[in-house]
Amino acid sequence: MSRKKLSRREFVAATALSSAALITAPYVRGAYAAGKLSMGFWDHWVPGANSASTELVNEWAAKEKVEVQIDYITSQGNKNIVTIAAEAQAKSGHDIFQMPTWWPQANAELLEPVNDIMDPLIKLNGDVNGTVKYLGQAGGKWLGVPASVGSQIKGPCSRIDLMKKHANIDVQEMYPAGSEPKADNWTLDTFLKAAEACHKAGFPFGIGLGETSDSVDTAGAIFQSFGAQLVDAKGNLTVKTDAVRQALDYYKKLLAFLPPDVSAWDDASNNKWLVAGKGAMILNPPSAWAVAKRDAPQVAEQCWTHGFPAGPKGRFAPYLPFFWSIWSFSKNKEAAKSLLSHLSQPASIEKMVVASGGYDLPAYEKLTTLKVWAEQTPPKGTLYHYPNPYKHQTLSIAASPAPPKIAQQIYFQATLTKMCLRYYQGESMEKTLAWAEGECEGFMRS
Amino acid sequence: MVDVAFQSNRAAAAQSGRRRVGLRNALRRKSMAAFLMTLPLILLIAILVLYPALYSLHLATLNKAMTKFVGFGNFEFLFKRDTFWLVVKQSCIFAISAVIFKALLGFIVAHFVHNVPANKQRKWRGMLLVPWVIPPAMSTLAWLWLFDPSYSAFNYTLSFFGIGPIPWTGDAMWARFSVILVNVWYGAPFFMIMYLAALKSVPDQLYEAAAIDGANWWQRIWYVTLPMMRNIIAITTLFSLIVTFANFDIVRILTAGGPLDHTHIFATWAFRVGIEGSDVPLGASVSLFMVPILAVAAIFILRDITKRGNEA
Repeated sequence: MSRKKLSRREFVAATALSSAALITAPYVRGAYAAGKLSMGFWDHWVPGANSASTELVNEWAAKEKVEVQIDYITSQGNKNIVTIAAEAQAKSGHDIFQMPTWWPQANAELLEPVNDIMDPLIKLNGDVNGTVKYLGQAGGKWLGVPASVGSQIKGPCSRIDLMKKHANIDVQEMYPAGSEPKADNWTLDTFLKAAEACHKAGFPFGIGLGETSDSVDTAGAIFQSFGAQLVDAKGNLTVKTDAVRQALDYYKKLLAFLPPDVSAWDDASNNKWLVAGKGAMILNPPSAWAVAKRDAPQVAEQCWTHGFPAGPKGRFAPYLPFFWSIWSFSKNKEAAKSLLSHLSQPASIEKMVVASGGYDLPAYEKLTTLKVWAEQTPPKGTLYHYPNPYKHQTLSIAASPAPPKIAQQIYFQATLTKMCLRYYQGESMEKTLAWAEGECEGFMRS
Repeated sequence: MVDVAFQSNRAAAAQSGRRRVGLRNALRRKSMAAFLMTLPLILLIAILVLYPALYSLHLATLNKAMTKFVGFGNFEFLFKRDTFWLVVKQSCIFAISAVIFKALLGFIVAHFVHNVPANKQRKWRGMLLVPWVIPPAMSTLAWLWLFDPSYSAFNYTLSFFGIGPIPWTGDAMWARFSVILVNVWYGAPFFMIMYLAALKSVPDQLYEAAAIDGANWWQRIWYVTLPMMRNIIAITTLFSLIVTFANFDIVRILTAGGPLDHTHIFATWAFRVGIEGSDVPLGASVSLFMVPILAVAAIFILRDITKRGNEA
């Protein structure tokens, strides 16, 4: 057995050759060469709306060779926020999570900054509204990419016939399809008079005063229309102010014209109120109208979604955005950012909005005039003003501009609606304000 | 040195032999076998009950951002909050009144079922257990529709008698009544079945002796039935009290703690503060508040039962 001895020169040459071959060889990517990515997306109310997100994700995954797994997590029973809390505690779970309103701020320390994709997206799609900045940014760091899926404005959805007949208001004339609103006279005073007239006629406005989101959002917008804040942007208590007193007095007057059981309403109550044909207006995204289209077409034909009435300090409408956030413990952050960028391209956003029948609202200013809203029927143009195309109202969230971690407590403890109910039930103004001040002091703990 | 080493090996071998025999004996012991057989369950409880319990204790000692140890700081904070004391009051009203009514109703229905002829008892037992076997989240949804603020089936029925509409979940008093009612409806069958089992174990001779002594119906209940059922009553009451204090689903689905926080109990308020308000340490503190009180109550009740068991 003869063995050829390898000389030093031969060894160096062989090593150099094999190294060069390895470097220059073409890179053959496997099916999932770029790893795995899992995402927890909000499970949409609108049947079939999830399929648009699934298609977009799969399209991106096939191009980028990433293995993806999407879990659609419902917000029924707060399952999505329970999952967020569990993943935050375990520091393990999905790579991307679609977080509602306050949750990016609540988990700010555990989220990957996405400024590197937000800056180009803003350049491409236009700026985002103030509420998106308030909820999505902390210390200059973007905590997530605003998701069009699930984001909504809870504006008035009026019955054209009932408002015309009983309140002498033509909502179609005030908010004409295809052109600017002529809503200068659409103020909180007009709103109150209309509420009174419709109440007298047996079709009261369906505005809840419970402790769930719809009730709190309405109260938030009305308080902001009076400039009423419980805690200001710097974190100072501002409960005992004239603005808060005015807002409470206004609510007391309004409550007299609402159904007697509104203190027990949840987020489904106003939808049922509209679909059952019992009221002339609710304050809700077009989900109630969509249900009416299926279950009570004669009601849907008379629905018109439009802007909020203006108060002494401006016209505010409740806006609740969702965000796609990347957990800092994600093992594939670059892929996650690439996917979020893909989902935020104008064509992707339009596809998702169309799939939701116009329910979803993009946060970017260039994308509030998509055809889908103008085309929705019945009646034609019913959703034209839903995305606030002329920016004639300020999109806001209840309890802002308080620092988000305090505002979240005010929001979920329903401090605003509780104040209104206490005052309406006969508690003195000062006692109600003192109670609210005590609550807010408690929310400030760190 | 060699001798020492040799002796040491011998000693070790003898020791290992003894250990083997000891292990064999230990395994032969019934208690050891029982322990090994229950070990999977013990491990399961340790993972699913003990670990979360200890973890929640740990959480309750952290600040809101969960970055700093604050000891009893969260409890000190809670003790200064009016809403917390409202929740304590409501939890006590909810648990105590629900347990009393469940026990009373269970006791009465158990007597009725006990007096039904044996061949028909099974049917009644089955039907009466239905509320208890349906998951409460499901049955409470049905109650929610019955109490619906605008479309309540109860109010619709009452309207034929000129009564109502009653704000079942919109008024503080009625809302408290509603959540207690649903809890009683759900929990009474448990008491019924436990009391029925206890009634069946009371020897007939005792009733015969009481009848010979001229005892009336009430005296038979007071001097025979109740003393014979004492242990079962104590155990069911304790068990139900703990479970009712920890209730979540009924209140969460029916009122979510409203109106004006007047139906919040520990679990629902802990969820509101901890999960919805993103203040997990405070939520953990709220949910742990009752542990020492219930633990002391459990110790006294169980000690009493053991004492009576030993006397017997």
